[in-house]
Amino acid sequence: MLTFLSKLAILFFEFFKTGLFAVGGGLATVPFLRDMGAAYGWLSEAELANIIAIAESTPGPIGVNAATYVGYLVCGIPGAVVATIGLVTPSVIIIVLIAKAIKKYYNSYLVQSLFKALRPAAIGLITAAGFSLLMTSLGVKANFLRFTFSADWYSLLKLGIYGLFTFFAFWKKTAKIHPLFYILAGGAIGAVLSL
Amino acid sequence: MGLWKLYLMFLKIGSLMIGGGYSMLPLLIRELVERNKIITEDELTDYMAVAQCTPGVIAINTATFVGYKVRRVVGAIVASLGVITVPIVLIILIAAVLKGLSQYPIVGHIFAGVRLAVCALITASVYKLFRKSVTNVTSFALFLLAFVFVTVGGVSPVFIVLGAAIVGLAWGGLKKC
Repeated sequence: MLTFLSKLAILFFEFFKTGLFAVGGGLATVPFLRDMGAAYGWLSEAELANIIAIAESTPGPIGVNAATYVGYLVCGIPGAVVATIGLVTPSVIIIVLIAKAIKKYYNSYLVQSLFKALRPAAIGLITAAGFSLLMTSLGVKANFLRFTFSADWYSLLKLGIYGLFTFFAFWKKTAKIHPLFYILAGGAIGAVLSL
Repeated sequence: MGLWKLYLMFLKIGSLMIGGGYSMLPLLIRELVERNKIITEDELTDYMAVAQCTPGVIAINTATFVGYKVRRVVGAIVASLGVITVPIVLIILIAAVLKGLSQYPIVGHIFAGVRLAVCALITASVYKLFRKSVTNVTSFALFLLAFVFVTVGGVSPVFIVLGAAIVGLAWGGLKKC
């Protein structure tokens, strides 16, 4: 029992650390997971690769999914919950502090000029992330702007489906449809066409 | 907005996002900006910028921001719990029962289709934000620089957010002088 509790404590501490130091989203947690695997023998490289694949393809934030999976491997359901809570606790504390500060100074001249420059840059970052997700989804390998697009039937089909969805997302008559329906339609099309 | 409604909203967002922090963008715009009008498009962009360069999972950071705006600290916690509820249950199920779920080809096909739909939604969302915030040459230059640095140069988003913040502060400071 004591070892189980101490394992839970270690899980919480390790994932708290990960949440505190992993900057830049879910995949930034991977090096921390690898360290944990090496330090405690919790998971092998192959298991790590599996975890990343599952975390990326199931609903939810990638970092949260990975933490839940590792926690479950180590300590079952309590481990899954403890690891995930450990991961998000630093975020909640840090962001609450920042939100407090922003609330106080949001309308100040300097903070406004800061955000004026930050907004277009943030949109550039989001565009880059969306672009790389699109390239992965279409099976395009991008390497320093040298794109290798295998123009086989499936890739073209995927490009066509993306184009169609994009058209509907922009078209005034269909733009108001809830994203959920796009997601369900995408899943159905993927299953039917064996994408 | 009540705590329960806030929780359910982020439960929905957490269970529909696939593939990391930005796949929640179309859902956030729909639920928070257009339907419930809790925050503006500008605020959402600001939150995401900060969420990007602070430690932790981007989705949790954004949820905490929005939750705080609605109901202070309790709202922040409730929104974050909403995001993680469904993923925790799903991943436990996958890890426990359906260990080989990813081995069935159909699962891969479904997610391949979902991802294309998500990419299309992100394209439309990014366009909405772009039209709102990229309005002159300076902002277009900042947008382009950020995109190119990440895509071609592989620069960490942290440095880009910090760099843009410094540019904004310096610009604002100089203008006032």
